[in-house]
Amino acid sequence: MEFFYVLMPIAGVKIFWPGLIILGVGVGIIGGFFGMGGAWMVTPGLNILGFPMAFAIGTDIAHMAGKSLISTMRHGKFGNVDYKLGIIMLVGTIVGFEVGAQMVMWLERLGSVEKVVRYLYLVLLALIAWMVFADVAKKKRKEREALAKGGEVDKLATGLEWHKTFHAIKIPPMMHFKTAQIYCSAWLPITVSFLTGWLAGILGIGGGLIRMPALIYFIGCPTHVAVGTDLFEVMISGLYGTATYTYKGRTELVAAIIMLIGASVGAQIGTVATKYIKGYGIRIVFGLAVIGCAISIVLKLMAKSMPTYAAYLDGGATVLILGLVAGMSLYIFLRMVAGARREVAMKKARQ
Amino acid sequence: MRRFLRKFFSFTIMAVLLVPSLALAAGPKAAPLVVVADTRKFTGWEAWWTNLYNESHFWFTVVTVITIPIVGLIFGLITDFIMGHIGIDLSSRELAEH
Repeated sequence: MEFFYVLMPIAGVKIFWPGLIILGVGVGIIGGFFGMGGAWMVTPGLNILGFPMAFAIGTDIAHMAGKSLISTMRHGKFGNVDYKLGIIMLVGTIVGFEVGAQMVMWLERLGSVEKVVRYLYLVLLALIAWMVFADVAKKKRKEREALAKGGEVDKLATGLEWHKTFHAIKIPPMMHFKTAQIYCSAWLPITVSFLTGWLAGILGIGGGLIRMPALIYFIGCPTHVAVGTDLFEVMISGLYGTATYTYKGRTELVAAIIMLIGASVGAQIGTVATKYIKGYGIRIVFGLAVIGCAISIVLKLMAKSMPTYAAYLDGGATVLILGLVAGMSLYIFLRMVAGARREVAMKKARQ
Repeated sequence: MRRFLRKFFSFTIMAVLLVPSLALAAGPKAAPLVVVADTRKFTGWEAWWTNLYNESHFWFTVVTVITIPIVGLIFGLITDFIMGHIGIDLSSRELAEH
């Protein structure tokens, strides 16, 4: 059994390495599919494997940077990455993140903000979930109405169309984002990225969970482009995060590389799966992931207010998150296999 | 206007890159605790790695930040090669919808 354990040079703990690979595969699939880093999934997983919390976040961010690079490469080949939009948004994200992080420090000086931050996170997640499912319901209603009239809705039609209102605000300079097929004021992506970065800074998260829906609903990116462009941002901000945490001595590179072995496979599966699942399919699964994340936060908040049951509630939150990772990864994997089989069979039939 | 925009973005990116506090302030703050790696347990590259950690966090960071994208790129190319053998088209996506 000793073979399955590896001694981490910096953290000084023995870790079950197949567990790291499995965790890497799971978050690689989900990250490549949704376009996010997935720190909210990895950190509890690493903690369960025996990682000291001090190293869990840094190691997670380091593996996230590598994993996002793999997913961005693949999404780039599919034409899902709008690099121009990504670079502009990166500026807004970093500045917003800084403002958010500074604001948290200021609030901390006024009193404890931890609970407020968690509640804010919860409200935000509820809002994102509502946005996703309201959008899906509206799109279905449009389809039903068109069908009743004997027609069909446009292939590019969406449910919520807030982005059209934002695109109508023509403050110069106007910019054309070719891959995302958007023509809007440059201030739109700058403002949206600043706000999402600010929220991420306040909440202490990477931000993919907020940025991906913001790219869809406020900027008007097609789902696949939102996923790819967000991953491009996650890749660069992940490298920043890696630098900061490593400089503080909180990164275990050996663990990050072991996770990357699994994540590289997972990222390819998750990214290729986007080829076979329609944009709205991705949005629905994303909405479910957000609900799962929100429930885990509710459990954590309950654990704080009910110390007697804290162990059960905390454990429940971790089991829920890891169950969510396993369930969603399996679903995405099966959809990818089914899609690939169909494509190969069609190719053979054509020959 | 285009020149102004180019200058504006170049300046902002440069400021972000050159002012480390902008990046360092991002993310949750780590507690000020000093961790020392136990070099006695290791030999070879592991001993070198732990020594590097103890001696200079700066160089440790430089090596880590360079290693991660390189390893990501290598693994990405390997899995790319393997996926390419499945027989599916990995260079385009026909689905053009929201």
